Amino acid sequence: MERRVVITGMGTVNPVGNTVDETWAALCAGKSGIGPVTKFDTAPLATKIAGEVKGFDPLRHVEKKDLRRLDDFIVYALACADMAVQDAGLAIGGHNAERVGTVVGSGIGGLRTIEKEHSILERSGPRRLSPFTIPAVLPNLAAGQISIRYGARGPISCPVTACAAGTSAIGMSFRLIKDGYADAMITGGVEAAVSAFGIAGFNAMRALSTRNDEPEKASRPFDRNRDGFVMGDGGGILVLEELAHARRRGARIYAEICGYGCTADAYHMAAPPPGHEGAARSMEVALKSCGMDPAAVGYINAHGTATSLNDVYETQAIKRVFGEHSRNLAVSSTKSMTGHLLGGAGGLEAIVAVKVLCEGVVPPTINLDEPDEGCDLDYVAHRAREAAVEAALSNTFGFGGVNAVLVFRKYRD
Amino acid sequence: MSIEEKVIEIIVEQLDVTREECVPEASFIEDLGADSLDLVELIMAMEENFGIEISDEELQKIRTIQDAVNYIKRKKGLAG
Repeated sequence: MERRVVITGMGTVNPVGNTVDETWAALCAGKSGIGPVTKFDTAPLATKIAGEVKGFDPLRHVEKKDLRRLDDFIVYALACADMAVQDAGLAIGGHNAERVGTVVGSGIGGLRTIEKEHSILERSGPRRLSPFTIPAVLPNLAAGQISIRYGARGPISCPVTACAAGTSAIGMSFRLIKDGYADAMITGGVEAAVSAFGIAGFNAMRALSTRNDEPEKASRPFDRNRDGFVMGDGGGILVLEELAHARRRGARIYAEICGYGCTADAYHMAAPPPGHEGAARSMEVALKSCGMDPAAVGYINAHGTATSLNDVYETQAIKRVFGEHSRNLAVSSTKSMTGHLLGGAGGLEAIVAVKVLCEGVVPPTINLDEPDEGCDLDYVAHRAREAAVEAALSNTFGFGGVNAVLVFRKYRD
Repeated sequence: MSIEEKVIEIIVEQLDVTREECVPEASFIEDLGADSLDLVELIMAMEENFGIEISDEELQKIRTIQDAVNYIKRKKGLAG
């Protein structure tokens, strides 16, 4: 019998909230999480704004001793995983430990630790480097630390697919359960790249908004006056579970994850090609993988970065896949409020897609005052809207030409 | 503050243990729960605090709090 995969737990830390409930309320209220950077001096940088995580108490999730040894992306991962596993009510132990896995993606890993320890190397020499530098920096240590905490001894991995990393992770986890390699997966994406190095690097590519005087209006997906993306920190982690496994233990089921598509542009290291056929194909592959009629889809959480190329080409790709039905779709970019969490985006935005199915509300694209030429879908501008959605997509595309798409649908027996 | 007191203060901070656990014969690894990386970090903190340098060979011989105290005293020329 075919194995089905459902979502039974969710956790997030991000610029608009430190729990799923807080986040959902903020997104539906159209609240921006973007502000001036507070954690370091931005004086020399062209961009001085970002979506920082705010009011987050790391000591609720890690011990004081461990805090200075873990990069923030790992601390966020542990916090998200704690919330998700608790939410799922999943006990992991001798009876199932080898059937529970951990796949958590990150685009960059411990960038702030690299920055800090490299300064120590330059200033004080190699003998002053912390012995915890390397394990704090490696992107797969988010998954590693989660597996250690929960004793999850099944499959483990970490896709490092830039801004698609969280989606790649969830897609991989979905397949691992479907194909019988695991019964439950702790999976998603996290990032903590808001640093002088991160901002300077993306600034050098002219990829970031410099609307420093109006932070809350800086992330403007699909808008004529957009000027690049805004970086954000945090991520989201979900518990995926094989349906029979979830039902046997009486777990609450949020929704079903039923499709995953992944394609390469094979075009350019950072830019999508006109029409973004790779993105269109990834949506097509994802829908085909679960035999879903495109007309059944009601919502797409867009990649929607607010870069000049993405928004127009993503719109073209959606139109190619959905044809006439694209006019009926609600398409929103929650990055307008959270900023772009890079590898964390796929984790957070999967949670948003699931909440849309559960709550029957579509969060808006804020700051969309004047849609750009070529941006002519229903992007749910400014205000959230009630909508009974049967199936939803989450799109994420990353540098290196990675396109990754997940399909979720309402859970029915 | 004596060298003993300073050493214990560093250990309490670095290894997140209580002052009571820090008896002279306590072994960093067996009694205070340190792993090899904790030990490297602990030694780095002592180097910094006492302005000394501890080689990797010497590090191998420091197993207990008393070992550390004796070593630092010797290095600072304070005792046998």
